[in-house]
Amino acid sequence: MKRDVLKSAFQKRRRLLQTLNRMAMPSTQKPVDVPEGLYEKCMQCNATFLQERAVENAFVCPECDNHFRMRAVDRIRMICDEGSFIEKGYGYITLNPLFQEGYEQKVFTAKKRTKLDEAYVYGYAENHGYPFVIGVMDSHFMMGSMGSVVGEKVTKSVEYALYKKLPLIIFLASGGARMQEGIYSLMQMAKTSGAIRKLHDQGQLYVSVLTHPTTGGVTASFAMLGDIILAEPQALIGFAGPRVIEQTIKQSLPEGFQKAEFLQAKGMVDAVIHRHKLRDTLHTILKIHARSEV
Amino acid sequence: MDILQKEQKLKKLEDELKRLDDEQAIKNIKKTIEDYKAKAMASLTAWDRVLLARHAKRPHTQDYINALFDDFIEMHGDRTYEDDRAIIGGIGLFESTPVTIIGQQKGDCTEDNIACNFAMAHPEGYRKALRLMAQADKFNRPIIAFVDTPGAFPGIGAESRGQGRAIAENLFEMSRYGVPIIVFVIGEGGSGGALAIGMGNAVYMLENSIYSILSPEGYASILWKDASKAKEAAEAMKLTSYDLKEFEIIDGIIKEPLGGAHRDPKVVFSNVKETLRDALNQFASMSHYEIRTARYTKYRNIGFFQRFNYDNLKGVSS
Repeated sequence: MKRDVLKSAFQKRRRLLQTLNRMAMPSTQKPVDVPEGLYEKCMQCNATFLQERAVENAFVCPECDNHFRMRAVDRIRMICDEGSFIEKGYGYITLNPLFQEGYEQKVFTAKKRTKLDEAYVYGYAENHGYPFVIGVMDSHFMMGSMGSVVGEKVTKSVEYALYKKLPLIIFLASGGARMQEGIYSLMQMAKTSGAIRKLHDQGQLYVSVLTHPTTGGVTASFAMLGDIILAEPQALIGFAGPRVIEQTIKQSLPEGFQKAEFLQAKGMVDAVIHRHKLRDTLHTILKIHARSEV
Repeated sequence: MDILQKEQKLKKLEDELKRLDDEQAIKNIKKTIEDYKAKAMASLTAWDRVLLARHAKRPHTQDYINALFDDFIEMHGDRTYEDDRAIIGGIGLFESTPVTIIGQQKGDCTEDNIACNFAMAHPEGYRKALRLMAQADKFNRPIIAFVDTPGAFPGIGAESRGQGRAIAENLFEMSRYGVPIIVFVIGEGGSGGALAIGMGNAVYMLENSIYSILSPEGYASILWKDASKAKEAAEAMKLTSYDLKEFEIIDGIIKEPLGGAHRDPKVVFSNVKETLRDALNQFASMSHYEIRTARYTKYRNIGFFQRFNYDNLKGVSS
């Protein structure tokens, strides 16, 4: 009798495990299914072209070099060796600590649309055979805003890098802290910065790649703390958003303000790198920082 | 009727008191005032607390420094660009213990307010704070911070000089210091600008101060596309000291006299003094390592979520 109970419990657990494994992101990435004949329009130059062509071109407009926003999956596929990515730290459930109206619904919709747990994905990956920990924010999930779960996952990814003694590369795309979680979101800034400090003290490499857009509380915490800070061309990077600044100082902003090139000129980022060259640049960085035991 | 209107009514009654000379009438009106105070000021809404936190007569950082510390010497400048008046800092003695004091300063009048930019700091302000904190760490002085800011200043100069980087760097460094950091939120605690000097071992809030991710006006205009709904936003945001104590984000609430700190600053100063003395005693016996670890752990554990633990199921730790 007792045996039967145990057996059914184990079966139940195995079933659950199988379901969860199915839900988790696969480690080998298949190319995106692009429906034929679907057109995409560049918001900057208004050129229209097949979506297929945009994918081939790493989500860069073939006409005007405008960098489109990328999903986390596409980003991982672009940077990592095929089949090397293993997702870690999934299974977080976003709650509604301040009982904000409609917040659960918003999160649910975003989850359904993006098929992600939250706005941040991390895991083990390799680039030209060099192992590293990759973290990617996805701006399609509620503007990549940082709430409790994103803060926790970022911290976890840092801790994973510490544990495995691997370099950490984070791709940022965020509108800032998540308003709906209020003070909890704000405190994630302190939490993530503290974790990065630990990584720093252990002498490990942290590269942050700023993509369009990186603003608010994320800029004011782990985004700007990279040993090396890279940025994609034309990415909007700043603490306060341009609209807030315009409203405050009551004058229009100069051309190119808060763009990646502007930040490079002001000495805030190390280099602006075109998306086509990003994978190889990261390879070089990893190669230079590779330790003898690797 | 919000707290400012109540205050006006109270003032009218008090003016009337001054005009009267009949003893019985004075007695009557004094009783009316007391009754009114007890009735009107005892129950405050979140919006009332927002108004009190921003009250023009509320004691500012400089008042606390004058009241609590001896031999205060103000230190200027970040050694790189300029001196930001929005943040004041320096060294002094608290009951003969040397301490470093940092705080955002609001002005008492319009002129002062313009000089200190309404306590909205530029990057150089945060870098000045960082410089003073590093100095405190070197000389093993506890750091006392007074938070009172609507937020970091959003402007062209601030962005060009790296506002985000300045705040991030402060958080980065503050997580390392081996000296205790004791934070008092005395008015508005607005977003990253407040946190940049407020990542403390112990964080205390005055009863009628607020601490939030952004202003209620900003919240209403971003989420509801209507800045005039600030009152409702203040309720929804859970930004009062009592809410934050419940979330265990702060360590304690410091009582204010009925009607706000500006009605009797002396009481507030002595309450703050007592809390500060207790806090310093508490940390005096701890080693640098313990203090650093305690602060790291405190912030590491803040977060409200659930996790389905796949790893335990598989028997593999990640």
